[in-house]
Amino acid sequence: MTPLRQASSVAPGIDALFDAMLALSAVVAAGVFVAMTVLCIRYRRGSAADRHGAGQHEFGIELAWTLIPFGLFVGLFAWSIGLWRRLQTPPSDAQTVYVVAKQWMWKTQHANGQREINALHVPLGEPIRLLMTSEDVIHSFYVPAFRVKQDVLPGRYTQLWFTATETGRFDLYCAEYCGSDHATMRGEVDVLPPAEYARWLRAHAVQSLASRGSQLFRQLGCSGCHGSQSSVHAPDLSALYGSTVALSDGSHVIADDRYLHDSIMLPAREVVAGYAPIMPSYQGHIDEEDVLALMAFLKSSDGGPSHEQP
Amino acid sequence: MTEMSASSVAARADAFDDIEQQRGASVLGMWVFLATEILFFGVLFAGYAICRIRFPEAFAAGSRQTDFAMGTLDTAVLLFSSCLAALAVRSVQLGARRSAVWLLMGTASLGCAFLLLHGIEYHDEYKQGLIPALRYDPAGHPPVAMALFFCLYYAITGFHSLHVAIGVVLLARLARMTAHGAFDRDYYAPVEVTALYWHLVDIVWIFVYPLLYLVGRAG
Amino acid sequence: MSNPDASGILARPLAGGSYLTEGRPGLSGWLATHDHKRIALLYGVGITFFFLLGAVAAALIRLNLLTPAGSLMSAETYNKAFTFHGVVMVWFFLIPSIPATLGNFLLPLMIGARDVAFPRLNLFSWYLYVGGGLFTIGALLLGGVDTGWTFYTPFSTMFSNSHVILAVVGVFVVGFSSILTGLNFIVTVHTMRAPGMFWFRLPLFVWAMYATSLVMVLATPVLAMTLALIALERLFGIGIFDPALGGDPLLFQHFFWFYSHPAVYIMVLPAMGVTSELITCSVRRRIFGYKFMAWSMLAIAIIGFMVWGHHMFVSGQSMYAGIVFSILSFIVAVPSAIKVFNWVATLYKGDIDFRAPMIYALGFVGLFMLGGLTGLFLAATALDVNLTDTYFVVAHFHYIMVGGTVMAYLGGVHFWWPKITGRLYPEGPARFAALLMFFGFNMTFFPQYLLGYLGMPRRYHAYPEPYQWLNVLSSAGASLLAIAYLMPLCYLAWSLRQGRRAEANPWNATGLEWTVPSPPPTTNFALSPVVTEGPYEYRS
Repeated sequence: MTPLRQASSVAPGIDALFDAMLALSAVVAAGVFVAMTVLCIRYRRGSAADRHGAGQHEFGIELAWTLIPFGLFVGLFAWSIGLWRRLQTPPSDAQTVYVVAKQWMWKTQHANGQREINALHVPLGEPIRLLMTSEDVIHSFYVPAFRVKQDVLPGRYTQLWFTATETGRFDLYCAEYCGSDHATMRGEVDVLPPAEYARWLRAHAVQSLASRGSQLFRQLGCSGCHGSQSSVHAPDLSALYGSTVALSDGSHVIADDRYLHDSIMLPAREVVAGYAPIMPSYQGHIDEEDVLALMAFLKSSDGGPSHEQP
Repeated sequence: MTEMSASSVAARADAFDDIEQQRGASVLGMWVFLATEILFFGVLFAGYAICRIRFPEAFAAGSRQTDFAMGTLDTAVLLFSSCLAALAVRSVQLGARRSAVWLLMGTASLGCAFLLLHGIEYHDEYKQGLIPALRYDPAGHPPVAMALFFCLYYAITGFHSLHVAIGVVLLARLARMTAHGAFDRDYYAPVEVTALYWHLVDIVWIFVYPLLYLVGRAG
Repeated sequence: MSNPDASGILARPLAGGSYLTEGRPGLSGWLATHDHKRIALLYGVGITFFFLLGAVAAALIRLNLLTPAGSLMSAETYNKAFTFHGVVMVWFFLIPSIPATLGNFLLPLMIGARDVAFPRLNLFSWYLYVGGGLFTIGALLLGGVDTGWTFYTPFSTMFSNSHVILAVVGVFVVGFSSILTGLNFIVTVHTMRAPGMFWFRLPLFVWAMYATSLVMVLATPVLAMTLALIALERLFGIGIFDPALGGDPLLFQHFFWFYSHPAVYIMVLPAMGVTSELITCSVRRRIFGYKFMAWSMLAIAIIGFMVWGHHMFVSGQSMYAGIVFSILSFIVAVPSAIKVFNWVATLYKGDIDFRAPMIYALGFVGLFMLGGLTGLFLAATALDVNLTDTYFVVAHFHYIMVGGTVMAYLGGVHFWWPKITGRLYPEGPARFAALLMFFGFNMTFFPQYLLGYLGMPRRYHAYPEPYQWLNVLSSAGASLLAIAYLMPLCYLAWSLRQGRRAEANPWNATGLEWTVPSPPPTTNFALSPVVTEGPYEYRS
């Protein structure tokens, strides 16, 4: 069996911690096994070993083997937390790729609109952030060679990031049990050199995600209320993403991915201050991929719907 | 939970050395049981807390749909019944058998009254279309997540009413046994632990009432 | 305790009878018994039955995984097999295993009581156990359940087409059995100790039962209520775990692990208690650090309630929750480490007799330590990201629960077999079975650590080809393990009729249970014993 490849920027750090813990565990386990064996042989029934004077200084010994493991554990914890924070915080220049999981396939979508099923092409050496959601049950996006895994939940977004450091194809697994064909919910991450990746993007060029979103925005009737010339009293959505929104219950939220998603799917949950809760829910009418397209449109650099010509 | 029969000596279960030890065991056993009950309800309350933090508006709206007057009446009935249960224990301890029987029956009937009131509430809510999955068609423009409030409303009150119903059966049985002279000054542990249970049912309601009925009406 | 014999019960002559022969004859004498010893045997029959059922499911799983394509079963059948294996082994074997059998039998004997505090409740618990079992078997017969033993939402509530409600009801009912057993034990330890049996004179097995009972009583209700909510959500199609309404599937995971992590300690604390008894007796020495051993069990029980989030590092909970649960998970490993070191230190200057129970106990210490050490990898958030939901986790918890608990359970069964049945087990086969089990176990589950490290996800009906040779190795080990488990079943059954008769105290052990005849009379003690010294005074 080939040893597991180490193909992301975080993998070496994680493997170093793993190896250190493995070494420490091996030392402890070997120590205990040797001590057990030696004591068992020496003090077997009938042996001539001296058995006088056992059980002195008990408290000191107990304290020692309470505090020493405790100290070691805190050290390991500190080491692991450093890595953990890195795993949990995508670099700000990371390029976002959208992932929608459903029983039993992975659907990925690049910002330029390229869609793939059970496959993901990424450039070598560039941080990639995956923004993921599920259409049905919980799945988990797992690429062993990258040492990353993240559950993918229905009704919310989770994220995961990596920077591939090796070209080639790497297995992608669903790691959270999701029903009958869980075991076949697999795919491949294909890491390409940047130039080749650019070629791949061009070869598969389609309508960009944002422009598909803009189309949906009109088709689904969003522009009827949120468009700049609409007579309906609905919030203006231009430059919404990342801004702070005042809600009718007096609280404020940041308009992030979750907020945008919920405003489309569960509009009555957080109503913008000064507006009536009249927007219908789109839950069940559109799927998660359409929501992602709409969000890409709302986030797009041309400023969102108010700059669109009706 | 405990062996019961006409006299305290015969009432002692085989495993115990004396009646005092048995009473201690019964009371401790009931307290441990009440701890598990608190965890049972704790799950529902934790679910309530988390959902309410996520959907404060919907929960306030849901709470406004509950029947404030009936809820208040429920509370009064239960509080009064708990008082009667405490008096019943005292009567048994003092050997006042007749008054103990009346007090236990009073407690049980108030428990029945509580269940009846709840039945009326449920019926009204059915008519108003406030029962998710059975008939959910609230008037106006309710928040989507209000259905969550009602899921919890029925889970909590339903589970609580189940406890009241069990309590009523236990109290009625105790009343009958008391009338037949099963308990006296020395042996009254079953009455004591059942009263403890009844107080817990009451205390849980003290939390249920503000969480479900009052929250949306404040401010 | 002024007059322990007011009604003359204690003075009843023994007349040479035992709990096996006294009392009502026939089946009704067993099915209506209030005697903790008979109830222990009823549980013994139940958990053996469920262990065999769960083992059949395990065998099917291992056979299926011999080939990468998983050609033995369809994916649906495989999913039902591992779900059944998990549900049965966790709730119908591991959780009741030591507490309900050895605990029920020994707890009153060890503290010098005639029975548990609530004998009728004890019998009722057994009926609940059987009732829950019937629901679970019913779910199997009607076609099975495919959610995994974890019942994760929304799969279990909205997507699975199998008999989830029946299985959930089964677990709900058996949960009450566990709650009531815990309640009974807590009250028994508090109120029924013999004169002179102070808290720090209790055998460590009793401490283990006490700590376990606390966890049973305080964790199980959370599971029961959560499962009830699952059933309601499935029935009515609406509920608080439903993301379609804004409900939260992670909330289910929090509730579930709030029970199911402490449940690990329900399974392993009793094993620690058994091991302590086995080692002290075989070494003929006081346990090293008695108080540390007792306190560490309570510490495990308490801290064990605060670490559930380590099952959810990649579930989508916040980074800070991960940090808190990670440090607490490291901390809960400290008392476990103390225990391993103390068991080893007990060997020092001992007079060690290697009978079968001691081999089981040493096996427990070794396997538990390996399981515990790999637990540290999973407590480290950054490593857990890679390892969770892979075979590394599967190997880790099998080391704790099967390598640990089952070894200790069988060790305990051998150790107390003469007390329970009045017969001695045959030493040769017993030693051989213990060794075979140790090797078979390692051969089955050590390859799974490697599989997990190499990234093979758990609950896979089919897998990529490079993982095959380790799976084959694991399946081969499983066949050895199966033989090792069947051996005790055969020779212990044989010993019931053919085994040498046992005296009251065949191992020269301390402990009140060895002061009464083997098998004990129904009332245990003719006179309430008076305790004057600590539990392990082997050298005076």
